[in-house]
Amino acid sequence: MVTQPMNLKDKVLLALKEVKDPEMDSVSILDLGMIEDIEESEGSVLIKALPTFVGCPALPIIERDIKRAASAVEGVKNVVVKFVYKPAWTTDRITDEGKKRLKEFGIAPPPADHVMGEPWSIDCPYCGSAYVTMENIFGPTACRSILYCKSCKNPFEAMKPVADMN
Amino acid sequence: MNTESMHQQERTELKELIYQLADDDFILAYRGSEWLGLAPHIEEDVAFSSINQDMMGHASMYYHLLEDLGEGDADRIAHLRKPEEFRNAILLEMVNGRGTYLDKPDYDWAFAVVRNYFYAIHKQVRLESLRVSSYEPLANAAKKIMMEQYYHLMHWEIWFKQLVTSTDDARQRMLIAVDKVWKEFGGVLTLGPSYGEFVKAGLIEDEPLLKKRWLNRIEKVFKETGIELAGEPAIESGNGRKGEHTPDLAEALATLSEVYATNPASGW
Repeated sequence: MVTQPMNLKDKVLLALKEVKDPEMDSVSILDLGMIEDIEESEGSVLIKALPTFVGCPALPIIERDIKRAASAVEGVKNVVVKFVYKPAWTTDRITDEGKKRLKEFGIAPPPADHVMGEPWSIDCPYCGSAYVTMENIFGPTACRSILYCKSCKNPFEAMKPVADMN
Repeated sequence: MNTESMHQQERTELKELIYQLADDDFILAYRGSEWLGLAPHIEEDVAFSSINQDMMGHASMYYHLLEDLGEGDADRIAHLRKPEEFRNAILLEMVNGRGTYLDKPDYDWAFAVVRNYFYAIHKQVRLESLRVSSYEPLANAAKKIMMEQYYHLMHWEIWFKQLVTSTDDARQRMLIAVDKVWKEFGGVLTLGPSYGEFVKAGLIEDEPLLKKRWLNRIEKVFKETGIELAGEPAIESGNGRKGEHTPDLAEALATLSEVYATNPASGW
């Protein structure tokens, strides 16, 4: 089997898989859908990233980690990370792998194709029960809510669904 | 519209509008942050601080738009301007109540709920107009902010409706707060002296139209909760869009910029 050698852009992408959300350190920012685009030209790399919540204090840390990871790739000369708002990040950008990792971390993943204003169903990440109550829409970080599972009696968190409102 | 094709005059108007949007979110988020540890219960402490963090993020997003428009570093814009350079409405800079968070805070929760609820409705109306703004970066910012603002509006609506239909004492306090907020809310609704230019440039819709939309929503809530509408909201203490402010703003800015002003390069 002949394998194509990876180009620099692919190598950067691979390196970004190792960049985790500092507040959920098993979930990669790629799986959270935070990387919109990577441009590369003669070793100069421009990475366009989408902030999840605008005021998230983890953003400067994520920016630093992206820069560090991309700079370590052989052949990369300089890295610029730019946060962009178009398209806007929504929870539908989280990959299946990302949802699995969130669950392992004890955070119920957001529902797919959520329409803002409509109720959503959340299953307990520990026992899978849908018999849960919402304790607080707002949680310890901007992107999470606090819930309680009436079946296994565990408090848990869920990712707040965020969808386009246009 | 993009920054290259913009005329000098349009650019000035655009910046003026963004300063208003930024400073409103900035100062109200600051007042909200003073409630930390003092909210009625622990769940509210979590919720309110999360909302304030979001709103401070929105302000920061606007300050970055200003940075892109050549106004200098976003942190400097936030921290090093004089009070008279701020364009926020006076209502949003007013103290939370007697005392300070360090010394015998005797804050008024009814005032916090009414001020934040009325502001959240107003912000929703503004954002719905801004998302089709002729200045694309502003439209993109508005679309992003709307997704978060949705939860804020819902939060304050629950508090408002529950307290105002609760015990006599609660209702009484809420009605006093409604009166207090009503006297200044005109200052939030105004787009300031240049609003005609904003509209001409397609940055945002007409001020009377936006005001009407806000009033319609308020009227509906008032009807539902049996509150009488006392005419149009006033601007009693001055117009913040013209740089008119109370000592409350100077005091707040001195506190929140203390660390930054000591050494802008320090990390914190």
